[in-house]
Formats: sequence, C-alpha cells, structure tokens
Amino acid sequence: MTSSVRWATLVAAAVLALAGCSSLSKSERARALTAEKERQIAPDFTLKDATGRTVRLSDYRGKVVVLNFWATWCGPCKIEIPWFMEFEQKHKDQGFAVLGVAMDDDGWDAVKPFLESQRINYRVVMGTPEIGELYGGVESLPTTFMIDREGRIAQVHVGLVGKREYQDDIDRLLGGAGAARAGMGAN
Amino acid sequence: MTSIGYLAALALLAPAWAQTSGVVGAVTPPRTVGKRGGVMDARVTVQLRNGYHVNSNTPADDYLIPLRLTWAAAPLEVAATTFPKPKLEKYSFSAKPVSVFTGDFDILTRLKVPESVMQGPGVLLGKLRYQACNDNSCLPPKTIEVRLPYQIQ
Repeated sequence: MTSSVRWATLVAAAVLALAGCSSLSKSERARALTAEKERQIAPDFTLKDATGRTVRLSDYRGKVVVLNFWATWCGPCKIEIPWFMEFEQKHKDQGFAVLGVAMDDDGWDAVKPFLESQRINYRVVMGTPEIGELYGGVESLPTTFMIDREGRIAQVHVGLVGKREYQDDIDRLLGGAGAARAGMGAN
Repeated sequence: MTSIGYLAALALLAPAWAQTSGVVGAVTPPRTVGKRGGVMDARVTVQLRNGYHVNSNTPADDYLIPLRLTWAAAPLEVAATTFPKPKLEKYSFSAKPVSVFTGDFDILTRLKVPESVMQGPGVLLGKLRYQACNDNSCLPPKTIEVRLPYQIQ
C-alpha cells in the first residue's frame, strides 16, 4: 500500500469515526484520541517558511505538534488561528509547537501579508498538492493533525472544531508519555 | 409512448451539458438560439450541493475568492454577465454576514451576434471559477468548464 493510500485510509477512518460519534457530546468526542499503539507516524516533509528557512517535520520529534492545513481564503480557518496563537504562547515551553501549512495557490504573495497583519507567532510553511496527498488528500480546510511526541498522529480534525477540543487534545498529549523530553527538537 | 420515443423525449429535455466538480455543477440548455446582428442570452444554471455555498461575484472581503464566469466568446461578443442578487448569510465562522449564493441559481450572459457570423450551430466554451464552503470547512477554489451549444439563424 502506498503511503498516500495508507493516509487516505487513515483520514477516512477518522472522518467515519467522527461521523459515527455524532451522538456524542463535544467533550466526549474530544476524548477519542487514537490509541497509542494504533497511531501512525506522520509523514515527514521538508518545506520553506516565510523567511525562507527550511522546516522539516521530523525536526519537531519530541514535541507535541498541531499541524494545521489552512488557507487565507478559508473563513473557518481564521477562527482557529487566534486559538493556535494562544496555544503556542501558552505551551511553547512544554515541548509544544503549532505548525501551519498554507495551501494558497497564490503562495507567499497571498500568505505573507496575512501573517504580518495577524502577527502570527507560530511557524507557517507553504504547502504543496503533494504534501496534501501525503496526508491523505487534504481537501477540506481547515484540517488539523494532532501529533504526539513520537511523531505519530493522535487525532485528525477535519473542519472547524471547538477550541476546547483542541485544548483537551493538547493537554492529553502533553501529559502523556514523553513529557520529560519537553524542549527537545525544533524551536 | 414507445421506449425509443421515450428516450428521444428524454434526450430533448436533458440539458446539453452538465459539468460537475465536487459540490458544484453547471448546466446549460440543449440549445440557445441567436440571430445575426442581434443578441443572444446564454443561461448557465449553477447547482450547489445542499449545505454548501459559494462566494458571490461581489464578496465583501478581499481575501474571499469571487464567483467568476468567463467565456471564450469569439466570434460572438460578451455584452454583459448578470448574476442573481447575493444572499447575506451568517455562518458560525463569520463575525458578519457573508455575500454568497446557495442552492440552484442562474447566471445570464448577453452575447452580441455580429452580422458577420455564419449561420449554423456552434459551441461556446466558458469557465466557471468558484470557491465553496459549508458551515465549518472550505474546499479549494476550482474551475469547471461550461459548454453552451448555440444556433445562429
């Protein structure tokens, strides 16, 4: 099975699982992190950030990462961005990072002015269709992968979800195995 | 009605072209008729999947991608393109109402037919560019092809 097919299956399973949990409350859904032994390694990538620096996902190993696919034309994405800025500020010293992947066709011409106007305090890289495919064919935005300290995908959120759900995921992942390694990896 | 007659009737009633991409479809009539030296009104019916909207042709914010219909019109000439009145809808992700289209709606294009155009059939090719969202997520902007069969008399 190719990696893109494997991740497409993973994302589809996550969406189906969420759909199947539609009768659960938001807080109950938030508890549904993938069991550790079932988590898959998040596909590695190398992309450039707004300053031209190379960013590798694998450099973040040892940290809890919120990997958020978004675009400037996506209204729901913009609701989440202030939350991510708050999470970055609140948890950055606990081995935590937010990494944005912008999926704008117009590239940095569209994204840089937005980053500057919003004073986004976490790193953002420019995505490509290939990266989207690598993560199961990211189509709907926002799509956010919650990655544990071992670089494994613990949760996938497709579409706008509540701030509380993200916070619950982050708290669980920060408090889990590997917390002692806080501070390792990329900054 | 015989089965052949039924199929023939269906073929006559069916739209000439229905292009669909994801959550948006564009349907044109089987044939649009114009006269040399006159004008011809081309109708494109846009159909959205339930629960989705597209930004209108005049979104309020610069960052939103507007709905656009463009034609490779030659030898005809585009005189005007008319969109319906947008709806101002409030969504969970928007602090203020968003200018959108939902459901099925028509875009009308008035085309000038020069005297020099030859009589007979032709096909007008167009492109519909849109960006669709539902209440909690958005799809990337897409462009779909629109084909409008016409007859010049």
